[in-house]
Amino acid sequence: MKVKMLSRNPDNYVRETKLDLQRVPRNYDPTLHPFEVPREYVRALNATKLERVFAKPFLASLDGHRDGVNCLAKHPKSLATVLSGACDGEVRIWNLTKRKCIRTIQAHEGFVRGICTRFCGTSFFTVGDDKTVKQWKMDGPGCGEVEEPLHTILGKTVYTGIDHHWKEAVFATCGQQVDIWDEQRTSPVCSMTWGFDSISSVKFNPIETFLLGSCASDRNIVLYDMRQATPLKKVILDMRTNTICWNPMEAFIFTAANEDYNLYTFDMRALDTPVMVHMDHVSAVLDVDYSPTGKEFVSASFDKSVRIFPVDKSRSREVYHTKRMQHVICVKWTSDSKYIMCGSDEMNIRLWKANASEKLGVLTSREKAAKDYNQKLKEKFQHHPHIKRIARHRHLPKSIYSQIQEQRIMKEARRRKEVNRLKHSKPGSVSVVSEKKKHIVAVVK
Amino acid sequence: MNVVQAAESLLALSQQEELEDLSKDDPLSPSEDEGDIDGERKHKKLLEAISSLDGKNRRKLAERSEASLKVSEFNVTSEGSGEKLVLSDLLGPVKTSSSLAAVKKQLNRVKSKKTVELPLNKEEVERIHREVAFNKTSQALSKWDPIVLKNRQAEQLVFPLKKEQSAFAPIEHVLSGWKARTPLEQEVFNLLHKNKQPVTDPLLTPVEKASLKAMSLEEAKMHRAELQRARALQSYYEARARREKKIKSKKYHKVLKKGRVRKALKEFEKLQKVNPTAALEELEKIEKARMMERMSLKHQNSGKWAKSKAIMAKYDLEARQAMQEQLARNKELTQKLQAASDSEEEEEGAEEEGELVPDAVNEIQMDANGPNPWMLRNHSRGTKEIKVQDPEQLPEPVAHEASENEEEDRPGAEEEILLNEFEERRSLRKKSGLSQEAELVSRQEPKDSSSQEVLSELRALSQKLSQENQQSGKQNVSSARTVLAVQREEPTEAEEEPLLLQRPERAHTVEELEELGKEGCFQNKEVPRPVGEGQQSERNPDNQPGAPKEKKRKEQMIDLQNLLTTKSPSVKSLAVPMTVEELEDEEERDQKQMIKEAFAGDDVIRDFLKEKREAVEASKPKDVDLTLPGWGEWGGMGLKPSAKKRRRFLIKTPEGPPRKDKNLPHVIINEKRNVHAAAHQVRVLPYPFTHHRQFERTIQTPIGSTWNTQRAFQKLTTPKVVTKPGHIIKPIKAEDVGYRSSSRSDLSVVQRNPKQLSIRHKKHLKKNSVD
Repeated sequence: MKVKMLSRNPDNYVRETKLDLQRVPRNYDPTLHPFEVPREYVRALNATKLERVFAKPFLASLDGHRDGVNCLAKHPKSLATVLSGACDGEVRIWNLTKRKCIRTIQAHEGFVRGICTRFCGTSFFTVGDDKTVKQWKMDGPGCGEVEEPLHTILGKTVYTGIDHHWKEAVFATCGQQVDIWDEQRTSPVCSMTWGFDSISSVKFNPIETFLLGSCASDRNIVLYDMRQATPLKKVILDMRTNTICWNPMEAFIFTAANEDYNLYTFDMRALDTPVMVHMDHVSAVLDVDYSPTGKEFVSASFDKSVRIFPVDKSRSREVYHTKRMQHVICVKWTSDSKYIMCGSDEMNIRLWKANASEKLGVLTSREKAAKDYNQKLKEKFQHHPHIKRIARHRHLPKSIYSQIQEQRIMKEARRRKEVNRLKHSKPGSVSVVSEKKKHIVAVVK
Repeated sequence: MNVVQAAESLLALSQQEELEDLSKDDPLSPSEDEGDIDGERKHKKLLEAISSLDGKNRRKLAERSEASLKVSEFNVTSEGSGEKLVLSDLLGPVKTSSSLAAVKKQLNRVKSKKTVELPLNKEEVERIHREVAFNKTSQALSKWDPIVLKNRQAEQLVFPLKKEQSAFAPIEHVLSGWKARTPLEQEVFNLLHKNKQPVTDPLLTPVEKASLKAMSLEEAKMHRAELQRARALQSYYEARARREKKIKSKKYHKVLKKGRVRKALKEFEKLQKVNPTAALEELEKIEKARMMERMSLKHQNSGKWAKSKAIMAKYDLEARQAMQEQLARNKELTQKLQAASDSEEEEEGAEEEGELVPDAVNEIQMDANGPNPWMLRNHSRGTKEIKVQDPEQLPEPVAHEASENEEEDRPGAEEEILLNEFEERRSLRKKSGLSQEAELVSRQEPKDSSSQEVLSELRALSQKLSQENQQSGKQNVSSARTVLAVQREEPTEAEEEPLLLQRPERAHTVEELEELGKEGCFQNKEVPRPVGEGQQSERNPDNQPGAPKEKKRKEQMIDLQNLLTTKSPSVKSLAVPMTVEELEDEEERDQKQMIKEAFAGDDVIRDFLKEKREAVEASKPKDVDLTLPGWGEWGGMGLKPSAKKRRRFLIKTPEGPPRKDKNLPHVIINEKRNVHAAAHQVRVLPYPFTHHRQFERTIQTPIGSTWNTQRAFQKLTTPKVVTKPGHIIKPIKAEDVGYRSSSRSDLSVVQRNPKQLSIRHKKHLKKNSVD
């Protein structure tokens, strides 16, 4: 007896290797898959909702400091290591994977004003209110050894900030003037001043490493060239700038955190107009740090919140806050661009996810594909009102919320006044100043 | 060393030169002159000392003397000391000599120059410095512009930017560095070295080489060629054996085996004719094989494999069959070669077989052999009760095999075709470069086993032949019986089942009969066959016989009956196309009628028209009536405002534009904006788009895998920024993007001279200040 069977050619459905994709016969005839836009819209809507559902950015709180955390530093070689300096002169080194403090040093009397790591990760520098610059070994002392700095430099004035060169054994401090130090010497190689006010922070450019930026309390930002030993240019803003941060991917771009609740992104070649004014904070912005990808930055504010801004957007995409977090003094974006750390007044360092709804850990390829697809869908339908509303919606503490309302009213009033003035004056006598130009007082050559 | 020596020699040379210079400076003999001058000086000193002793005239005018050839460097003559020196005086004598014209010019220029201006104040200078430095720096920075722009516009950025390139070492380096480390490797190497087997190019062993040397050239060549050929042949056969071994088709192997058996049988027959003694030997061999089998447990169901199959057999048809085959093989091997025995004996054997197999297998096995296991299910539950049936069922597999055997015996060409087919397939699969590795596989063992197999097959065949004779005889009887049963016309179940059971046998008997008919053994059977066939086809219309010939015959028979009983639709469709259409029309009409009947109550069209009218009415703008009843006239119940007044206070609204569905009778177009839909629509054109059509197009193109191929889907959903978890992303570097970073370190530049400016820098400065 012969049995006839249905037969298929195995070539049509058998994979050659285990790693190949399973071949699924599929008909892409568009008539068979109608309503593509509504279906994708619903998918996008669901993706947006799920993103909000899964947005749980807070990861951990590192407690142990006995005073407010004043400064943070990343380890250049190890992602898990973070250094922090407190207002009581204590420096702690943390292990992020264990979420534990692995070393404590009483570094200074009074505040630890600044902390920075050497580019090779073997040592770090601190400056304090006791007019000293100290260099410490990254590894703890052996058993029986006393915790001592490698070098101590006693200065004449208080140093308020420090930053290390990205390639060489040079560091810069600021205070009354900007000093460039060779690590081997006890006196500065050169010191640069322009004006007579105290300088609050100094930062090396990570790409063109001879460039420095500093901000002083007389409302100005000054750029220096270390090789020519001269300041380059100065821009005076409406209010004092607290700190600046250079973009690690674009050599001439830096962002300044200002006391007038705004952040300003400048192209250092054209200081008279900022590239972008970032506004969303409702109190002074105290610190700013770029994501290592150079696409976003994070800012810490006196209004007890941390915000994440895209470089090319004037509004923030994310705001982080918790009930117990007080004024956030310092913030850092980790070098794998996945996490954000912030140190605040109430003695804690908090660890956040940079992308609030991101799933941590290894993703399977299907998960990854789904994630990418959802991301693209959200991007595609981002202008649709429902999706936009859901994506933008954030719960805020009452203080910030009411502040925002208040400032919106103030701004509206100001705008109205301006419009009225323009309307009732002789044409040409009143000029409209753009938001970008409004905050720049002068550029000094 | 050389350098030092050279330096020393240089030093010595320069000293010598100095000495020579000194000697050149004063042409006079130094010793005499010096002596003279010294004497004079001493003399003068002495005089002075004497004169100063008295204390009056300490200051004395220089001694005046005549201009002499001897000009001493120690006393200057002050001739004409009262006069002032004027430049023109100096120039006067110069005028005459043309050689000093250049100097004159320079002096003139100096005369014309004004006084130098005061230097700029410090702040100003610093400002200029800053400006210059800023220009320089911004120029240096502008080299980053293209990279920044590229990164901003990039479709995808993968961080970290710098990729670690895995370096591939060339194979020679790896091999040269490799050494046997593990004990196994060392052992292998030792063996190879002991045999002096060339490791790299295994062409000839030293022994072969020696033998080559021992022979003459031509002989050696021939020998070598032979060797090569042998090796090639060996490798060819090995490859072929491997290939054949790889073929998974059971049918192929079966065919192959059958062929082998047939060959053996033929040879045996030949031997019988030609050489009876040899045939006897062969027979002895067969007997010996039987003995061996009886001694061994090879085909009993006590082995590991058999046990596992026994477990599986309950659920798996194939496993069951495999077990049965094995048992059959065992039986064949252990059976004595005899002349045909009685059917009773066979039955006993079958029963024994049943006992050998575990009960669970047995239970279903009976079903499996039957034509339809579902029909037999109930009966198999009470196996013991219906043991009467067993004798009919159990011998079947043997008969089955036998018939199959015959089937394959007959078409020798068919088998060849099959083999050819396999060859073709293999050749297709085969690649051009067949690996020619010399794998030394002993061919002896397979040969042995194959010979054994051949023997066993031979036995089986001879047995089957004998069985067949009995079977076919029996079948004749049984089929005759069934015919009788049908004729009796008592369609009870108990009688139907045996009929059903008969079916496979019958299917085989068709072929069998063909074959056997040729031999002329069973002519008597031809009469009852068609009747039985007809019944069979009636009962199992879905049964599809394999051989085309058979089919044809069947069709003939089916046709006859079909014509009588039912209308076949195929006839209808093929016969006359016109009538078909008519029929379809009729069907349509029927359907319409049906629908009409079903929806007799509701008039859809009228409803729709009414609905449309209402919609039109509702969308029409209403007139505004502002009349106030009772104002300026009598009012009250039942009184209406006058027509004149109403006309006066009625405000007519202008008619809107014509409705869009005015000329479309089957459609209602709602021109009102849907609020619910509007909530999901984009109000204004978003920023990067310049025309609403652009935006719509981006929304219209789907990106999901439902509408796109896998690759397109992946391409459409690539994320803009990709970061690797756990990798540190360093700031971009000039070297990363192919720029040359400044070779001098920043520190060295600072330390060289922090505040000094280069000459060029100064020049630049000056220019700036002038501007």
